Amino acid sequence: MNKLINTLCCAAFCLYCSAVTAEVLHTEKSLYRNIEVYEEEDLLCLRFGRYNGTRQSCMNLVHPELLEFNYTRMMMGALYLNPNPQRVLILGLGGSSLPNALRKLYPNLPIDVVEIDAAVIRVAKEYFGFKPSSLSRAMESDGRVFVKRALTQPLRYDLIMLDAFDQEYIPEHMLTREFLTEVRGLLTEQGVLAANTFSSSQLYNYESITYQTVFGDFYNLKDANRVILIRRNGLPEMAEVKGNAAALASGLKPMGVMSEWLLPKFSRDKDWPANTRVLTDQYSPANLLNTK
Amino acid sequence: MSSLRKALVFLIAGWSGFFVMAIELLSGRILAPSFGNSIYVWGGVITVFMLALSIGYLLGGQLSIHTPSLRKLGLILILAALTTLPVIIWSDALIDVVFNRVSDPRYGSLLASSALFFIPTIISGCISPYAIRLLVTQLQASGQSAGILYFVSTFGSAAGTIGTSFYLVLLFEVNQIFIGLMSISILLGSIAVALKTKHE
Repeated sequence: MNKLINTLCCAAFCLYCSAVTAEVLHTEKSLYRNIEVYEEEDLLCLRFGRYNGTRQSCMNLVHPELLEFNYTRMMMGALYLNPNPQRVLILGLGGSSLPNALRKLYPNLPIDVVEIDAAVIRVAKEYFGFKPSSLSRAMESDGRVFVKRALTQPLRYDLIMLDAFDQEYIPEHMLTREFLTEVRGLLTEQGVLAANTFSSSQLYNYESITYQTVFGDFYNLKDANRVILIRRNGLPEMAEVKGNAAALASGLKPMGVMSEWLLPKFSRDKDWPANTRVLTDQYSPANLLNTK
Repeated sequence: MSSLRKALVFLIAGWSGFFVMAIELLSGRILAPSFGNSIYVWGGVITVFMLALSIGYLLGGQLSIHTPSLRKLGLILILAALTTLPVIIWSDALIDVVFNRVSDPRYGSLLASSALFFIPTIISGCISPYAIRLLVTQLQASGQSAGILYFVSTFGSAAGTIGTSFYLVLLFEVNQIFIGLMSISILLGSIAVALKTKHE
């Protein structure tokens, strides 16, 4: 009995704790997921799925220019491969950290963002300072469908950021050899692709071999997530990467993107078995592989 | 009807249920690269399959009126498999045509899934009512026969759904699964056709 009372008290206390530290500002059931916006200490965060689901995105309310998540800082490493993008495509909006950061760095850069969930676009506008304009276009579409359509148009991008996956669900048609070949077709000769992907689970090997098949060598940046950085006409050597990092340092510093943290992560090691099966439109059980 | 022939009727009905659901799930895979896999793509797919099955039930019931036989049931099963063949051969080309002409992914996926899956699913829908006709010998037991047949065919559907989505996609390519499904249909259908020539 005592034990039960103890447990109940503890549970009540824990509820109290979370009530004082996290304030939910908005919840919404969209066509694709449950969306929650909440404030916790100095962070405004976006969460999908269940209570205590993984955080998609957080904005620092005291220093809004700061990129809170390591993976977003690694994604900005794409600029080390091409410091002067002329036109950017971002697949997956989330809390709009990446488009907001790029906008601060490059006030006149055309940025196209594709997001499948109209509710996420609304939430990013309302809570996370995302401002669509003629320069920052937000398009509601499936990422793969957008890419396929864009291929029939003359527009090409010299930076594409692929940020459409999370731990709970992967759109499997956006992790295949055919999809990556289409993305490659949307890149200019000097174009750079940055992809936020998975570092753990069996999927790591499958995904690595699939990227390698389409693009050849890539820089592999690992943290809790893994970010893949590719340049279409071949990877630059580290000397060039370091040069670009130095030139960008002052602009990236307020975002928390430090070259002394980021540069050591650049690796060309192929730490996956070469005989791993390539993911294709015919074979793409990415979500099942991610659970293994 | 001998118990062997009866068992074959049930087997064909159960397998046909498996076949339809496996194909329905794989159709999502085939459509996703061009139309995505949003809720409306699945909505379109399920609509096409339900509509085709409903027409198939009607047609199968009509077909069963005149001299029904196990041989003809086998032929229906084989025909359903053969009309699935274009999915393997032409789906990419056909989907490209639809993709280039229809920009709304809802109607694009509805149109593409109709073109690819409507006919084989209509034919598959003929199986159940036709099988019931073969099983029913007395009016009194007709409801019971229909009940068992629904059980077997819907159980087959459940098996096809879980088998495809949980396991087959992890082992095989989409086209390999299609070829496997069609081969089993043709095999079962051929046995039904062969049995007839032996016994009658």
